[in-house]
Amino acid sequence: MTGTSEYASSTSEGAQELGPRSSESVKELRRERGAVLRGYGSSAEEIPAALEGGIHGKAALPGEASSSGFTTSPESFDEGPVGETMIINMGPQHPSTHGVLRLMMELDGETILRTKPVVGYLHTGMEKTGEELMYVQGSTNVTRMDYLSPLNNELVFSLCTEELLGMELPARAVWIRMLMSELNRVSSHLMWMATNGMDLGSTSMMIYGFREREMVLGFFEKTTGLRMNHNYIRPGGVAADLPDGWEEDVELICDNVLRRTEEYDDLLTGQPIFRERTEGVGIITAEEALGLSVTGPILRSTGIPWDLRKTMPYLAYDQVEFDVLVGTYGDNFDRYAIRLNEIRESIRIIRQVIEKMPPGDYRVQDRKITPPPRARIDESMEALIHHFKMFTEGFRVPAGEAYVAIESPRGELGCYIVSDGSAKPYRMHIRGPSFVNMQAVPVMLVGGLVADAVATTSSVDPVMGEVDR
Amino acid sequence: MVMDMDMAGGTETTAYTESNASAETAERGSLDAVLHGLRDIPQLPARRRQPVVLFPQRERYFDVVSELLDAGCEMLADLCVVDYLLNPHRNLPEQVVPERFEVVVNLLFLGLGERFRVRVQVPESDPTIDSIYDIYPGSEAMEREAFDMFGIVFNGHPDMTRILMPDDWEGHPLRKDYGVGRVPVQFREALGPR
Repeated sequence: MTGTSEYASSTSEGAQELGPRSSESVKELRRERGAVLRGYGSSAEEIPAALEGGIHGKAALPGEASSSGFTTSPESFDEGPVGETMIINMGPQHPSTHGVLRLMMELDGETILRTKPVVGYLHTGMEKTGEELMYVQGSTNVTRMDYLSPLNNELVFSLCTEELLGMELPARAVWIRMLMSELNRVSSHLMWMATNGMDLGSTSMMIYGFREREMVLGFFEKTTGLRMNHNYIRPGGVAADLPDGWEEDVELICDNVLRRTEEYDDLLTGQPIFRERTEGVGIITAEEALGLSVTGPILRSTGIPWDLRKTMPYLAYDQVEFDVLVGTYGDNFDRYAIRLNEIRESIRIIRQVIEKMPPGDYRVQDRKITPPPRARIDESMEALIHHFKMFTEGFRVPAGEAYVAIESPRGELGCYIVSDGSAKPYRMHIRGPSFVNMQAVPVMLVGGLVADAVATTSSVDPVMGEVDR
Repeated sequence: MVMDMDMAGGTETTAYTESNASAETAERGSLDAVLHGLRDIPQLPARRRQPVVLFPQRERYFDVVSELLDAGCEMLADLCVVDYLLNPHRNLPEQVVPERFEVVVNLLFLGLGERFRVRVQVPESDPTIDSIYDIYPGSEAMEREAFDMFGIVFNGHPDMTRILMPDDWEGHPLRKDYGVGRVPVQFREALGPR
């Protein structure tokens, strides 16, 4: 434990917050101003020397245009007079910060100079909890991280466990997983449309978004038993087969949601106020997005066609047709348009899934991994033993490490599991897209108006349960 | 196959390499260029859907990651730490000396649709490592999380503070010797009813 107490005591109260300029290092200031620096090598030593006039100097910085061609322009906005700026605090209790996000901003009048997101208010130690739960129980834990797309969390955990087990699934299980995760993408994006509408003052959009989402959640309840936190996708397959008549239910959802996306077009897409508020606001470039490891609709809004479903297919995404949507300007409107059209693309995928859904098992018939059917327990001694062992000891997973990533509605959702050969993960790490995407907020906000901060934060679509885990 | 056969340590790994070497060469030929300059770094080959894993020394970690960026790994997908205190035996190449902590970096090569993994051993006695913030600015939050949870200090990081736990928290919760049940009062300033 050498060094622990020393460093713990040096993190004094308030170190996570946005401090006055005088108390921060040049590197930290640049970070908060949204400079995405890729000048590696000697740059770390050269920066302080180049800034002889302090952070306010306008000298060209070495490393600014690095050998890899990444450029930034920290001079693109006025820094504001020293002593006349103020640091304000938005959140963590704020009606439009999507949970307990706290943004600290330095303002010159209404212009944002620096931003720092302060997170951790919803931290519940889920990675630590994951080490204490067996693989059988693990999906009940991860499903609570990104509570707007719980099935995607279960999916990535299950895929990672199956990767360690070296297991292949029956086709029907794969396609059911695909159906559910696409429906979940629809419900998650609808929720985003709702809250984004509310953040921009369109209260009707909030009601509409929730209304449509409720239809999808109704189907989830019918299939999994719960509206949220389903624990439906488990290592080895899914918990239950789809209910009778699921095709009609899903078809009804598709028809309704598709028709209503047209209404959203009428309500928002062409509306002058909405466009004024979103176009050209919260811009991020492709280089910045790549540098900051930003994924999902934000990366695609900059014009990079990167969607793991297409570029590194998992499940059976290589057997369905869909388009990857990209934007041009990387602004709030692009992100809105991408999410709206991703709902349509997801519905396209869902319709193909209905057509192609193969018959067969919805989980592997390996009694070491999945429990026996309830009826078998009454008549078979082995089934009873398997059931008992399954839920008391779980199953052992061969030692090794695996990283698996899927495209969640928010971006690359990764799971890194280290197994020591026991029934519990030795280490379970979740790469939450919201957590990483949060780094784009200072870049998007810098030089903009404080009134747009809410809209821009909303367009990042952070789910604090996943940011803090 | 790019990696030297004798470099891949462990019987299990070697067997895999031999039986699949020819199939792998055809399939992963485009990776040769990327890995060519990193021949001297101990490696484990790709298996199933898991990528090539590089095991640089702590001193070479920054340079290796720089080279991977130059080669075209545009994105840092993930950075995390594993505490191997209770699980010291793991499959490593022969040259790599296992240490308590391991920094795991997952890189994404967008052009090829490939991933790379870099695993660096960090000793318990000196839990520090270079920050790759200057190469991948996206590592900022991830390194802060790693510091917060494991107490690994990243040299050169702009803002090495806790990110998820409160500022005055003591200890690093994801370490294996961090007792789960012994957490004291969380917010000391919170007063009682009187």
